[in-house]
Amino acid sequence: MGAPLVIVGTGLAGWTLAREFRRLDPNTPIVLVSRDEGAFYSKPMLSNALAGGRSPASLVSTPAAAAAEAIQATVLAQREVVRIDTVARAVVLDDRVVPYRALVLALGADPIRLPLQGDASDRVFSVNDLVDYGRFHAALTTGARVTLLGAGLIGCEFANDLAIAGYHVDVVDLAPLPLGRLVPERAGRAMQVALSAAGVSFHLGASVRAIHCDGARLVVELVVAGSMQAGSMQAEPAEVRRLSTDLVLSAVGLRPRTALAAAAGLTVEGGIVVDSMLRTNALDVYALGDCAQVDGQVLPYVLPLMTGARALAKTLTGVPTAVVYPVMPVAVKTPALPLSVVPAPQGIDGEWSYLEPEGGLEGHFKDREGRLQGFVLGGAATARRAALVRAMGQVA
Amino acid sequence: MNTYLCIVCGFVFDESTGRPEDGIPAGTLWSAVAEDWACPECGVAKSDFEMVVI
Repeated sequence: MGAPLVIVGTGLAGWTLAREFRRLDPNTPIVLVSRDEGAFYSKPMLSNALAGGRSPASLVSTPAAAAAEAIQATVLAQREVVRIDTVARAVVLDDRVVPYRALVLALGADPIRLPLQGDASDRVFSVNDLVDYGRFHAALTTGARVTLLGAGLIGCEFANDLAIAGYHVDVVDLAPLPLGRLVPERAGRAMQVALSAAGVSFHLGASVRAIHCDGARLVVELVVAGSMQAGSMQAEPAEVRRLSTDLVLSAVGLRPRTALAAAAGLTVEGGIVVDSMLRTNALDVYALGDCAQVDGQVLPYVLPLMTGARALAKTLTGVPTAVVYPVMPVAVKTPALPLSVVPAPQGIDGEWSYLEPEGGLEGHFKDREGRLQGFVLGGAATARRAALVRAMGQVA
Repeated sequence: MNTYLCIVCGFVFDESTGRPEDGIPAGTLWSAVAEDWACPECGVAKSDFEMVVI
């Protein structure tokens, strides 16, 4: 039999690779290492589950044992990886050493923690996996007021989900508009309007300075940037604002988990550096998903990960296959204004133009030659997604 | 009419509304959806959907 394919991580990346690999190779043993129970669940649903009244347990699509049995894999749950030995070709766990024929790092990413002051700065939740979600869900009490740090994709989804489920939501972000890194200004403004109408309060251009205890509640201290006064180099004094809240949820972004790889001598930049075949600089060691920097890009979304898993399954079964990304719109699942976005590519000169369809939003990003290079669809216009993907595909 | 949930990303296919933009008219039964149809959100196969129990 020989050594197994070892996959570290049982998130969407790890499980998807295991399933795709098994479809192509019925015999080679697969070992998945997980630091939690290893159940298969829908991560994108974590920020859409409250409105549907979903309990954390109900988000598990397949318990670890059943998921493993379905593909004749072994799950080593509740294990920490101590180190990777690329010379001996083995993964050292806290209780055993597992040799590998090929090793795939599907480690995911850690939520970024803002440096905060105050005696309650450690009482900030973040939800990046099912265990986190369970903790957050347990702390939510009926009618609670929740302050969300970050108005990006995950922040907006949580804000909308919490608002629908009857919670009071304050969203804080340093940027002037939500979704600033993903969509053009017009779409960001539309999102702000839609979420505001859904009951979400925005505090934009604001940074969080401290979180203090206040009896059973918390106070979030914000600094709202002052505007520049004409004729003066001095900004107006910043305004300090205090939000009384019950829970603080941080969604300010993710940082790929790279420490294990770096310690094993793998090349690490923004993520674990891999080529288009997802190969690290160590023989038979690969990286996939949120932890990986593929050809210079870290793309922590579902579609890139699924595309990568399918290509890697082929590579690992003897057909070297580069990851070729199709046009991959990012879905923002905010019921108040669902969006489908292909961001304007960096380094391409062009501009956005807009249509105003009934009950929706449609923006096209065209380069100087008039070719469609990105788009944003909102509301009813998201039905045009497939048509625009096709239009972009004809460009490539 | 039933609805089917993508177990990966949570996308819902509703037989009663179909997916006209993918050429699947409203009222199309799940069993009649092409086997090579993929989840429009995450690209997984039709076999990665399960029926939603209400």
